[in-house]
Amino acid sequence: MVLIRVFEDKCAEMYAKAKIAGFLHLYNGQEAIAVGALAALRPDDDLVTHYRDHGYALARGLDVPAVMAELYGRSGGTTGGRGGSMHIADVSKHFWGGYAIVGGHLPLATGLAYAAVHHKTDRVVLCVMGEGSTNIGTFHATLNWAQLWRLPVIFLVENNQYAMGTALSVHSSVTEIYKKALAYDMCAERADGKDVLAMRDAVARLAERARKGEGPALLEAVTYRFRGHSMADSDVQRPREEVNEQKQRDPITMFLNDVLFKQNLIAQAEVDQIQKDVEAEVEAAAQFADASPEPELNTLYKDIYAQSVENMQVDGSLIRPATVLSRNGKHG
Amino acid sequence: MAEITYREALKRALREELARDPEVVVWGEDIVAYGGGGAYAVTAGLAKEFPGRIRDTPIAEEAIVGVAIGAAMGGVRPVVELMTINFALVAWDQIVNHAAKQHHMFNGTINVPMVMRSPAGFGRTAATHSQNFDAWLASVPGLKVVEPATPYDAKGLLKSAIRDNDPVFFIEHLQLYGTRGEVPDTEYLIPLGVSDRKREGKHLTVVTWGRMLVETMKAAQKLATEGIELDVIDLRTLRPMDLSLAIESVKKTNRAIVVEEGWRSIGLGAEVVASLQEAAFHYLDAPVARVAGLEVPMPYARNLERATVPFADDVIAAVHAMMANQY
Repeated sequence: MVLIRVFEDKCAEMYAKAKIAGFLHLYNGQEAIAVGALAALRPDDDLVTHYRDHGYALARGLDVPAVMAELYGRSGGTTGGRGGSMHIADVSKHFWGGYAIVGGHLPLATGLAYAAVHHKTDRVVLCVMGEGSTNIGTFHATLNWAQLWRLPVIFLVENNQYAMGTALSVHSSVTEIYKKALAYDMCAERADGKDVLAMRDAVARLAERARKGEGPALLEAVTYRFRGHSMADSDVQRPREEVNEQKQRDPITMFLNDVLFKQNLIAQAEVDQIQKDVEAEVEAAAQFADASPEPELNTLYKDIYAQSVENMQVDGSLIRPATVLSRNGKHG
Repeated sequence: MAEITYREALKRALREELARDPEVVVWGEDIVAYGGGGAYAVTAGLAKEFPGRIRDTPIAEEAIVGVAIGAAMGGVRPVVELMTINFALVAWDQIVNHAAKQHHMFNGTINVPMVMRSPAGFGRTAATHSQNFDAWLASVPGLKVVEPATPYDAKGLLKSAIRDNDPVFFIEHLQLYGTRGEVPDTEYLIPLGVSDRKREGKHLTVVTWGRMLVETMKAAQKLATEGIELDVIDLRTLRPMDLSLAIESVKKTNRAIVVEEGWRSIGLGAEVVASLQEAAFHYLDAPVARVAGLEVPMPYARNLERATVPFADDVIAAVHAMMANQY
């Protein structure tokens, strides 16, 4: 959780310095969800997330410098600078990516769950989304399908109370999000998204039943963003009192005070050391990202297709025949 | 070699690939129970032969395509049937934002080996059920788009599409399912991305695909009786598009017409015309012409529907017009 917090703060700093561009959605305040959920899963359980994905990448153990380099758009990034902040992935760690069309990744996660069943494995899929995605048609089509086919997928809804800047009560007729799953006879629960142990326990319970073939589940994690929707968000729409009040319940200090200190599991000196180590790790990641070269221009056409076909050139990006290419020097 | 229908050719391709590869599954709306297997009966009987691998789905195209993408990412090879291409619009986000993007955006680490089969075209089905989206689909990098016109091509191309490691949109046509043609009993494949000369001629090149090949061949037969020999090039695959045969043909005939069923403006024919003049401008004795569908929402009435899409007579008229002009 500390790593995610420090990483995100560094991202904000580097966005302000124009090292990171485009959309940047930070995870501050929601760290307990990713950390708790992934602690409950096996490393070979599949993970598919929304675009607020840095926390999941770090909690899944992706290479920290590579994640930072991806945000910088550099060749050393998790996908060589192709995807950026919203599309972190590492298939070798069963993280199939962050996705940026709200709700569009839900059926993909469900399909991965089908593949797990088809191949007779007992893997489960964790599919993460924001509460804003529960209004889109794909959400309902996917929940219906997942339950109908009893697929091992856990839909984890991070309810941070705002879809971009639109308050929950303004965008959803049902404000207790987990109830939406009940329409599909799906197992549904609600947990405190700021309580890392509650998140871990809930996901562990739902993963176990999915693994046993008892079907999918939806878990609503009630949480709050400490920053705006993205770095482009002036965050004028949320009342300051509300933001300040929410910050009083910080998932990191809650875990520290309510669990670690209370049970004498950690000393203040260790906490300070963790903070120091993490800051050094993130600083090193930023330096790696800065030093990593931009992707080569000649890789632009690479990997548009997995399989070349006859008459296809430059990895199949072009639909023109070779004669035209040679005449014009490039495609028309 | 037996003569079979386009529909039967598709079914044989599915059957052979289902038998060959346990990763292949077939999903779609009403492909198992309804009428014994599909709105157009392509999957009739397959569910009995391959229990559990042919499945009816909810009416939810975004989920049909999206769940198939996820399954494909996980190593399954789904073939999904979208009942008509018009319903593919419901799944457009999945097709364009997901299926087509995965491999490149994730730097080659994710493959999406899936096929989306769907009929385009008309059949007294009115405005929302009679469209062609070949140009839309073929404009998307990351997709492969196939549109076979004959039973022989349909079978060989569908088998290749299923074995391909990329998302392939396989466009069929309502008016083609019942058409017949010779298909060998022995196994064969037709590679994606290779066009085919369907008739040899020296006077004028026609570039076409899908149902319009059938109309063009009728026209060619009639025109041959007048001494006009068409060189007919069937694109077969629309992305990546193989224009090498078409260009070679134009260099021989010096005249070309592109024949398509879809809307004329900003259609796929415009792309073919542009490419032909880029590659063979100095060989052309006349501007490349287009025969295409009228730009109206398709009406239901029989006479209006027939007036909207091209038939052999329209091809003949265009050929006559071009041959009559001395340039």
